[in-house]
Amino acid sequence: MKRRSFWSWVWIVLGSLYFILPLYSTFDFSLREKKGVLSFLSYKNVFIDPNFWDTIGFSLEIAIFTIIVSILLVVPTVYWIRLRLPQLRGILEFISMLPFVIPAIVLVFGMIRVFSGAPFFLTDTYFGTYALLVAGYVVLALPYVFRAVDTGLAAIDVVSLTQAAQSLGANFGTILIRLIFPNLKVAILSSAFLTLATVVGEYTIASFLVGIKAFGPYMSLIGQNKTYESSSLAIISFMFTWSFMGLIQLLSRGKAASTSLAGAR
Amino acid sequence: MDFLSLTNLSKTFGAATAVEDFNLDVEKGEFVSLLGPSGCGKTTTLRMIAGFELPSTGKITVDGEDITNQPPNQRNVGMVFQSYALFPNLTIGQNIGFGLEVRKMPKPDIQKRTLEMLELVHLEKHINKYPYQLSGGQQQRIALARALAISPRVLLLDEPLSALDAKIRVELRLEIRRIQQTMAITTIYVTHDQEEALSLSDRVVVMSQGHIEQIGAPTDIYNDPSTEFVAQFVGQLNMIPVTEVDLRKGTCILAGQRVKFEPSPNQIISSEPRLAIRPEELHLGTGEGRNALQGRVESVQFLGSVVRLRVHVDSAIFSADLFNERRITLPRAGDEVVISFPEQSCWLI
Ligand SMILES: Nc1ncnc2c1ncn2[C@@H]1O[C@H](COP(=O)(O)OP(=O)(O)OP(=O)(O)O)[C@@H](O)[C@H]1O
Ligand SMILES: [Mg+2]
Repeated sequence: MKRRSFWSWVWIVLGSLYFILPLYSTFDFSLREKKGVLSFLSYKNVFIDPNFWDTIGFSLEIAIFTIIVSILLVVPTVYWIRLRLPQLRGILEFISMLPFVIPAIVLVFGMIRVFSGAPFFLTDTYFGTYALLVAGYVVLALPYVFRAVDTGLAAIDVVSLTQAAQSLGANFGTILIRLIFPNLKVAILSSAFLTLATVVGEYTIASFLVGIKAFGPYMSLIGQNKTYESSSLAIISFMFTWSFMGLIQLLSRGKAASTSLAGAR
Repeated sequence: MDFLSLTNLSKTFGAATAVEDFNLDVEKGEFVSLLGPSGCGKTTTLRMIAGFELPSTGKITVDGEDITNQPPNQRNVGMVFQSYALFPNLTIGQNIGFGLEVRKMPKPDIQKRTLEMLELVHLEKHINKYPYQLSGGQQQRIALARALAISPRVLLLDEPLSALDAKIRVELRLEIRRIQQTMAITTIYVTHDQEEALSLSDRVVVMSQGHIEQIGAPTDIYNDPSTEFVAQFVGQLNMIPVTEVDLRKGTCILAGQRVKFEPSPNQIISSEPRLAIRPEELHLGTGEGRNALQGRVESVQFLGSVVRLRVHVDSAIFSADLFNERRITLPRAGDEVVISFPEQSCWLI
C-alpha cells in the first residue's frame, strides 16, 4: 500500500514537471523584456497592439459562427440517426473521425480548389471566404461536436421521449426546441468551448484563407518577429484555453451531481 | 356504435408477421386489455393505434373517423410507456402542461388543468420538482396525468407497471382503474401479467403469435377458455391424459379410475384426449356426487393464503390448491389422500 502510493507520487511529480517546467520557463522568459528586472512589459506590448484585438476579435466571431453552424447541423442529424436510422450510426461516427486523419492542409487545398473557381467563386468576396473558413472549421470541430452530442443523446431515451411528445401533439420542430436542445445543454456547451479553443488557435486553414486577419497566423507572425511578446502571447492563449477547459469541467460537474442524485433512487 | 374499431389489422416486418388479422371493437369508456406472452404482438398492435407503426393491412377508426394513416401527433391518443418517458428537462407541472402548451391553450387554463390532473393522481405538492426527484411509482402517475391532460379520445398503456415493485404495482393498478372509471376514458392496456389483465379489465383479448385467441370478460376467459392456449396461459391448469372417452355419457378413464364430466356430444376431441381442471377446483377428501381419485402427496408448498399440493394419481400428477385456514392440518409428502372434484368443474380437451 505504502509502496504504491510512493510510486504514484513519483509519477505525479514527474508528470507535473514535464508539463509545468516548460510553461514556467516560458512565463519566466516572458517577464524579462526589460533588462535586469522582472516586468509585464511584453504583456503590455501585446495588449496595446491593435492587431492583437483585431485578430482575436475576428477569430472569436468566426468561432461563434462555427459553433452555431455545427450545432444546427449535428444535433438534428444525430437525433434523427438515433431515432430512425440507428444502423447508420457507425458510418456517421467514422465520418466524424476523418478530420483526425486528414491533415488540415489537405482540407484547405481541397476547399480552395473546389470552391474558389467556377461555379462558386467563394474566395472572390469577403463573405464567401469567411463562409468557407467557417465551413472548414465546422469540419475540424466535427469530432468534438459529434462525440459530445452523441453521448448527450445516449443519456436520454430518445425514442420514448419523442413518441411521448408526439402522442401529446408535438411536431419535430417543437420536440427539437423544447426537448432535445435543452436536454443537450451541457453537451452543447462543452463542444462549443472545445470548438472555440480549436478555432481561435487554428493556423493552417486560417493562413491560407484569410492570412494575418486571424489570431493563429498573427501569433505565428509575432513568434517569428518578437521574442518576448511571443512568449507572453503563448501564456495568454494558454490561459484562454485553460479557462474554457475549467468552465467545461465546472458545467459538467454540476450536471454529474444532479444525475447522480437521480441515480441514487 | 363502437368507439374504437380495429378491422383486419395486420403488420409484417420484412418476412416476419407481428400481428395478423386483428379484429376488435371497443365501446366508449371500456377498458380492454391485450394479454399474451412476450413477442405475441401486443405492443405492435398498440403502436398501430398510436400511429407509431403503420398497419400493413386493415383499418383503424375512432368515433367513426378513419385514423389509419394519420400521423401520431394528430390523433389525440394518449400514451403511457413502461419507461415513464417523462421529459427530464421539464418540471412535473410543465410535463403535464406540455400537451396543452402544444395545443396553444391559454396559460391560466393550462395551469388550472395541470392542477386538476395533479389532484387526480394525488401529487399536487410535487408540481415544481423534476422527474428524477420522484420515485418510479410517482413518475408513472405523472405520466398518466400527462397523457390524460389533453383529454385524449383513447388512452393506451404499454406495460405501465412492469418496471415497479410488487406492492406499488397493485396500488397503482387500482388507481389506474379508478381514474379510468371517473373519466370514463376508452382504454387499451397491454400486459403479460394475467392478474393485472383479469383484475382491471371489462374485457380481455388473449393473443398468441400475432393473432387473437379469445376475447371476453375476465370470468369468461378464465372459466370458459375457448382454446387450449387460453386455458393454459391464463391461470394454472391440470391436463391429464384420459382413455375410453364417451362424450354422450360424459365418462372417461383416468389412471384406471372412472371419471365423470358434463356430457358434450358435439365436441370434437383430439387424438390424445385430456381432462382439464383448475387446481382450485380440487378438494381433499371425498364429497357427494364428486369424482374421487386415490393418490399420494408428492410435495406441499405453503404460499400464504394458498397451499399448493402435488398429488400423484398413478402416473398422472395433479396440482391442487387449498385455501389456508388458521387451524389447518396439512398432509405431508408421502401421505395417501383422496382428491375430489365435481363433474361440472372439469372439461375435455
Ligand atoms: N421494428 C420491428 N422490426 C422488426 N420486428 C419487430 C419490430 N417490432 C416488433 N417486431 C417483432 O414483432 C413481434 C411482436 O413484437 P411486440 O413488441 O409487438 O411483442 P409484445 O407482445 O409487445 O412482446 P413483449 O411482451 O415482449 O413486449 C416480435 O416477434 C418482434 O420481434
Ligand atoms: Mg411489448
